[in-house]
Amino acid sequence: MTRLSLLTTSTILTFALGSTAWAQTTHPVTGETLAEDQTFQYRLLDQFPSIDPQLIEETAGGHVARQLFEGLLTQNADGTLRPGVAESWSSEDNQTWVFNLREDARWSNGDPVTAQDFVASWQRAADPATASEYAWYVELSQISNSAAVIAGEVGPEELGVRAIDDRTLEVTLSQPLPYFPQMTVHYTFMPSHQPSVQEHGAAWTAPENIVSNGAYMLDEIAVNEFFRLVPNPEYWGAEDVIITEVTGFVINDASQALTRFQAGEFDMMDDLPAGSYPRLEAEMPDVAHSVPRLCSYYYAVNQSESGHEALQDPRVRTALSLMIDREVITDQVLQAGQAPAFNFTHWATAGFEMPEIEYATWTQEERMAHAVQLMTEAGYGPDNPIELNLIYNTSENHRQIATVISQMWRPLGVTTVLNNFEWQSYLEIRGNQNFDVARSAWCGDYNEASTFLDLLTSNNSNNDGKYANDEVDRLMAESVTMADPQPNYTAVEQILSEDMAIIPIYHYTQNFVLDPTIRNWPMENVENNWYVRDIYRVAAE
Amino acid sequence: MFTFIFKRLLIAIPVLLILIVGTFILMYAAPGSPFATERGVPPAVLANLERQYGLDQPFYVQIWRYIWGIVSDFDFGPSFIYRDQDVNDLIAQGFPVTLTYGFWSFVVAVLVGGTLGIIAAIRHNTWLDYLAVGISIGAQVLPNFVLAPILVLIFTLWLGWLPGGGWQGGQWQYVILPVIALSTSFMASIARIARASMLEVLTSNFIRTARAKGLPMRRIVLRHALKPALLPVISYLGPAFVGMITGSVVIDIYFSTGGIGQFFVASALNRDYGVMMGITVLLGALTIFFNLVVDILYAWIDPKIRY
Repeated sequence: MTRLSLLTTSTILTFALGSTAWAQTTHPVTGETLAEDQTFQYRLLDQFPSIDPQLIEETAGGHVARQLFEGLLTQNADGTLRPGVAESWSSEDNQTWVFNLREDARWSNGDPVTAQDFVASWQRAADPATASEYAWYVELSQISNSAAVIAGEVGPEELGVRAIDDRTLEVTLSQPLPYFPQMTVHYTFMPSHQPSVQEHGAAWTAPENIVSNGAYMLDEIAVNEFFRLVPNPEYWGAEDVIITEVTGFVINDASQALTRFQAGEFDMMDDLPAGSYPRLEAEMPDVAHSVPRLCSYYYAVNQSESGHEALQDPRVRTALSLMIDREVITDQVLQAGQAPAFNFTHWATAGFEMPEIEYATWTQEERMAHAVQLMTEAGYGPDNPIELNLIYNTSENHRQIATVISQMWRPLGVTTVLNNFEWQSYLEIRGNQNFDVARSAWCGDYNEASTFLDLLTSNNSNNDGKYANDEVDRLMAESVTMADPQPNYTAVEQILSEDMAIIPIYHYTQNFVLDPTIRNWPMENVENNWYVRDIYRVAAE
Repeated sequence: MFTFIFKRLLIAIPVLLILIVGTFILMYAAPGSPFATERGVPPAVLANLERQYGLDQPFYVQIWRYIWGIVSDFDFGPSFIYRDQDVNDLIAQGFPVTLTYGFWSFVVAVLVGGTLGIIAAIRHNTWLDYLAVGISIGAQVLPNFVLAPILVLIFTLWLGWLPGGGWQGGQWQYVILPVIALSTSFMASIARIARASMLEVLTSNFIRTARAKGLPMRRIVLRHALKPALLPVISYLGPAFVGMITGSVVIDIYFSTGGIGQFFVASALNRDYGVMMGITVLLGALTIFFNLVVDILYAWIDPKIRY
């Protein structure tokens, strides 16, 4: 071999071998160049009380549970259903549901995930001995005997869920529920590893004990400081999981968290400092996001005997609602892309058809004129003034909104006394109807309008204003039997609007900042359910 | 001296008991409960929760069981909010953190503050004195919840030298900012107290004698003036300790250290009776113990004081 050809050959070889070291991995579907650092860090507002699926009661724990555990079904980026442990599901009458579990679903210790696991976990959720604060969710799902099991009248084995075999789960409901599969996405219905629970009791969720069936396992946790997850090699979809480590930092103070975010310490935070969104949107448009979130903000109006008698007159309630200039609240107080609300159900709820609400189309001047007129008709006004007690839980935003609204009500002859309380006291006071008007919010438990509208049926325990209308009750009871319940929902919203059952104010958005190198974040999931197994980081340009 | 210590420890027991009972009563008097949620808990579940945590027992039975649990097993009971852990676990995790940065804050405050104050007194009415007084007034006025975000802004965002929070087992990078934030206002107070008392000591007769005898200034200060000058500083240390405990709440919230200060406030707001009682007892015992140490130190320094 000549020197030149030796040189050429060795050069070519070097390039050929070296190029494999250069070649960066690309995303298998989109072809984007992936970053070397495939870790994901985010910020939590508060330490979650528990990550035991049957004991979780708030969103932070829910986010962690969604990575550690997998229920029958999960969600796509747009919120539609996606097979989880269950490959397929069916029902002939929307009352008895059969779920077929996949063969390769495994716990992190290698045990197969079986239908019996789900049976035991769901029974555990309903069992009063577990003392789960989310047992009401099992009852809400209409699984037969759930109410009796929760009340302790029958044993948990009577719950309407059974394993036909290792891979087939049959659920019997007490009435047809077309959206039952949506409800299985929730963390209360995620499976917990029964042998671990038996062996370790409450300590089964400690990193050295925990066995999980989701895309990740719990590696380390320091209460009020941070936690870390690592990929679960036994997960059936482990090959497609790109992010190699998830770390959550607990940072109570929002401004501190934002400073640390800007310093690059983590990739995502929500619960932004009050009033910061417009600046963030202007300064970092590809980092700050505002997407719809399935929650509605409203004022509950006390229509029982303990409230001001004027509030029992729908004309007074309507006048109060009409006088509010919602655009001032969304555009000048909140400033984070929220939508003014003239109805209760969030506009982005799947399948929901907004009814025609007349005053939603009027100008604010027209509304205000109408409000004064209604108030006079009802016999109140500046010459016959009303004093209302408005309560809200301590928060800067609630205070601002309440102050603004109380000013807007003045021309009606309404004087508003504002009282704020810390959360626990507030729940008690509001629950005892010790108010005239109470700030409230409701978040959907599943993506369907009934999760909102059921609240305003007469015997719902969260109906703090004690609104009662027989037609609403009837329509909602009928809706579960209908193949397409939307017309009933629309009709109910119409009635709620005519009665002004509550005073709707705005529909929530989820405002967060996200590092732009993180891709495939589920922007369209109104329930804000994100799964780390779907996201990945691209190389910085 | 030993009888003194023994008597103090003996008195500590009824003091702690009164603390426990008093806190228990206040806790239960407050509206709300650890199990109050917006959605409402079904009655059967609530009954089980209360049974699980012993809340269905009469009041005096609960207090008795609680005190007995501590005395016999050193068991502070379960956390009412953190369902996966009990109070002993949470305190075992959080207390070393608070102790570490608390200890270093103390050391920094005493050493830096004391030195600053003494130098200011020795160089009385020079630019050094004015600078020291100026710094200490400024530092005393700046609350730690203002200082904490400023420190993070400077050292994490602008300079990128230090992490903005976390603890990671107590590595030095994570300890620095909490220590600075916590110690600053106490350092300032100690500086001013040390300066004032040193000034007074330096004008006293025995120091005048020493100077007249021709002793070097350094010898005078270190050997003769320091001890009496430190007396007011030492008596300040007791309240400073309590101040640091309450200050640690802010530090834990701002720097996410996982210390027990954060639990203190959070448990009250969440009505986590177990954690609240546990931390109250712990901090009460610590305060009593620390005040005892201060009194002993006092006796050691000042020969006129004998118990």
